[in-house]
Amino acid sequence: MTSPPTTSGITHVEVRPGAYADSVTLLQVSKDVAAVSGVENAQVAMATPLNLEVLESMGFALPATTPNDMVVALKLADDGDLAAALAAVEAALSRKTRSAGRAEDEPHRTTGAALADSDATLALVSVPGEHAFVEAVDALDAGRDVMVFSDNVPVEQEIVLKRRATERGLLVMGPDCGTAVVGGLGLGFANRTKPGPVGIVAASGTGCQQLMCLLDAAGVGVSAALGVGGRDLSKDVGGLSTREALRRLDEDPTVELAVVVSKPPAEEVAASLREFAAGLSTPVHFALLGEGQPDLTAAAESVLSALGRPEPKWKSWGAGTASAATGGYLRGLFVGGTLCDEAMLMTAAALGPVKSNIPLSPELQLDSSLVAESHTMVDFGDDALTAGRAHPMIDPTLRLENLARVAADPSTAVVLMDVVLGDGAEPDPAAALAPAILAAKADAHASGRDLPVVVACVGTEDDPQQLSRQARALAGAGAEVFLSNAQATRRAIELTGGSR
Amino acid sequence: MSTTRPTEAPSGVVAAGADLFADAVEGQAVPVSRVDWRPPMEGTAADLATVLADPLRQEANERAVKAMLDVQAMLVAVAPASEVLGLRRGEFLHAGPPLEWANASGPMRGALMGAAALEGLVDDPEDAVKLFESGDMSLEPCHHRSAVGPMAGVVSPSMWMFVLEDPASGRRTYCSLNEGLGKVLRYGAYSSEVLERLRWMSAVLGPLLAEAVRAAGPVDVTGILTQMLQMGDEAHNRNRAGTLMLLRDLSPALVEASAPSSDIAEAMRFVGGNDHFFLNLAMPACKLALDAGRGIEGSTMVVAMARNGTEFGIQVAGTGDEWFTGPAQLAEGLLLGDYKPEDANPDIGDSAITETAGLGGFSMATAPAIVRLVGGTVPDALATTRRMLEITLGQNPRWTIPVLEFQGAPTGIDVTKVCRTGILPQINTGMAGRKAGVGQVGAGLVTPPAECFPKALASLAERARKRAHG
Repeated sequence: MTSPPTTSGITHVEVRPGAYADSVTLLQVSKDVAAVSGVENAQVAMATPLNLEVLESMGFALPATTPNDMVVALKLADDGDLAAALAAVEAALSRKTRSAGRAEDEPHRTTGAALADSDATLALVSVPGEHAFVEAVDALDAGRDVMVFSDNVPVEQEIVLKRRATERGLLVMGPDCGTAVVGGLGLGFANRTKPGPVGIVAASGTGCQQLMCLLDAAGVGVSAALGVGGRDLSKDVGGLSTREALRRLDEDPTVELAVVVSKPPAEEVAASLREFAAGLSTPVHFALLGEGQPDLTAAAESVLSALGRPEPKWKSWGAGTASAATGGYLRGLFVGGTLCDEAMLMTAAALGPVKSNIPLSPELQLDSSLVAESHTMVDFGDDALTAGRAHPMIDPTLRLENLARVAADPSTAVVLMDVVLGDGAEPDPAAALAPAILAAKADAHASGRDLPVVVACVGTEDDPQQLSRQARALAGAGAEVFLSNAQATRRAIELTGGSR
Repeated sequence: MSTTRPTEAPSGVVAAGADLFADAVEGQAVPVSRVDWRPPMEGTAADLATVLADPLRQEANERAVKAMLDVQAMLVAVAPASEVLGLRRGEFLHAGPPLEWANASGPMRGALMGAAALEGLVDDPEDAVKLFESGDMSLEPCHHRSAVGPMAGVVSPSMWMFVLEDPASGRRTYCSLNEGLGKVLRYGAYSSEVLERLRWMSAVLGPLLAEAVRAAGPVDVTGILTQMLQMGDEAHNRNRAGTLMLLRDLSPALVEASAPSSDIAEAMRFVGGNDHFFLNLAMPACKLALDAGRGIEGSTMVVAMARNGTEFGIQVAGTGDEWFTGPAQLAEGLLLGDYKPEDANPDIGDSAITETAGLGGFSMATAPAIVRLVGGTVPDALATTRRMLEITLGQNPRWTIPVLEFQGAPTGIDVTKVCRTGILPQINTGMAGRKAGVGQVGAGLVTPPAECFPKALASLAERARKRAHG
């Protein structure tokens, strides 16, 4: 079952049926094992189609598997010790698998069983999407709210969940809800902000994060951010969770102003939500991305103005240092879907059509190579690119590989990226990204080109990664860094040679 | 119901999935209860989603559990099977799902052969083989006639039966009288001493018990079960306290019965000397309770687990009388004398009805005295009962377990939870010899074959889909 794909070393592939650990854990296990001396490469992963593709691309020959199998794939140097490498796999796995302890203290195996034994008011579900519905139903059965972080949940299941929740006065945050803040508790990817008068309902994780961070920078706190999942304002789902979330914010006396933020919504849903919001006693602002609609930064500015706060000068680092490109395309590499949407809307208006894996219209669909002879923007957080692997805000590998690729492409004029900080995100994204930006620029320079890199860095000073520390590190690598994604995009358009 | 106020931090969070997010919550000083989530049994994900989405499920399960818990099992009579079940000459009941002679295991054949001789169909049990091969004899599961039988569970017309009744509904269930341990018909033995004992049970013990029950009035079997659990019985492999309580309740009436004192003494000696005598009351009491949950559309609760020595089958509240089967497994545990594992027959008997109702292996924590008999330890026993809560719908408020702070017995096995967790019901069991005529060879622990549950789930999903699409 092994076939050495490289000239040197030993390849070892083994399948462990029925073994399971989540993708984040396995990422860490793979890293730990790869760090063992004599191990050239290690990948311990569940055998999902995407992971199998990755393993194959790494040169491993794989036997037949099911997605419930764990694959241990090792590439060793000539003098590598297989037994030692396998021992490292065991050690890393057992470290990561919580100790079962004494048999009588076994942890609960379903969300329902855990809720029955707990007065927790909220369930947080981040199991693989195919299985998330079942865990979420447990929460509703137990009369609790639920946040579903998992993506790849079929929309029919989302509708069943939300209808059932509506009948019972419960809130479903998600699926694919990356961000929520409940009473100051950050869930999933969340930025640390001070409490304050604003409550957010977000059908967009990174859109919510951008809004929170801008408001925070302007000295306005957010007391609650209820994520509702990216499809909530679609025609199929019809804003079911948005209504419940708005109802909750309206009933909460500490919320002075509510903001609904979403990727481009279905028009009729947006209209009916505006009507619903008009009947509430709390003023509701809408930050719904779309053609001709205000961007998120403009939405933040209008919230500030409604609260009687002055409009700040949004922070930037190293802005204005790059020189304009002499032709070519703008290439966007995003981890945040809404930030990608926002950048595409602005770029399309200024420079023309943008191809993407999450296109604004179907004819702009980027194929799975993610390469096209045009302006392109890729959302690495999209479901299709996260099946069986961690979100790019946790695992930057895929995006870093692509950065090197677009940098080497002579048709790339400017690279636009986002970096999203906060709880849940990788602890020091600049540590890997800054050297990659340096390398990308050096690579372009070597072939006689200048490669401007513009970064939107979404975060706060209270975030564990600290906004200014990350921004300075990226600016130090030659990037222009902005807190506002809209400003970063405008700058990237300008550098590409656009009209603005 | 408790919902989150958006500007108030939750009092706690239950987290299923990536540890990263649970860690982040814990890092913000909010208590987290982590679910040890693993993928469900292979091939069940789509059916699980369908069944969990079934709008009938939750209420149907609540109804099924309530119906089951509301049952009071009273011993109201003792009478021959011919009378109370209408069983005729040549008709035999057996344990487990439906079975034909051709597929019957050694102990099942041995019990049927012995029963044929008991009924006078043959003089020598060995001659019964031809009779059964001819196909002229009728074989039917006990469960199809409101009855249950331990091990081979063979019932023939002349055997006397306990008759249990739920006063509220008037429903009844039946079980034969327990013969004791060792060389006995239910373990597949059919020697002359076995048949002689059965004849004495029909001629003396049955009529005496019938008279005593008539005189003493109905015996509250559910109530005795409640007390047994406080006294170290789990009502499957340990029935010592229950047996003595039954004797306590019936002794005065037995003593006053119109029979020679030698017969009365013999009957009392027999009952008191057979620690398993009460098993044959615990089983029909469990069946009476579980039958109340049958036929509730949408319910995923298991209402029967039974083995015929060849196959293990389950029935579910929401799928009518359909059996979902797989090959019976070999128990693991202690073997008597110098019997070897290969001497043991695969799992057999309707007695897993006790586990289905939350007793036996499910209440193992309350019976530390027998953990060694089934090859376990006391911590194993505590863990087993806790683990069974992961696959059940609720707890029995009457049947409580002192050592677990009076936690209720895990009640109502949920097919979806078994498929989700891969945790199989734990059954305490006796082991029959593989060869006809050998009898008991040991006792131990066994589980159903896993495949029963995905099969039942698929049928539940099919029904839910049909209902949804008209």
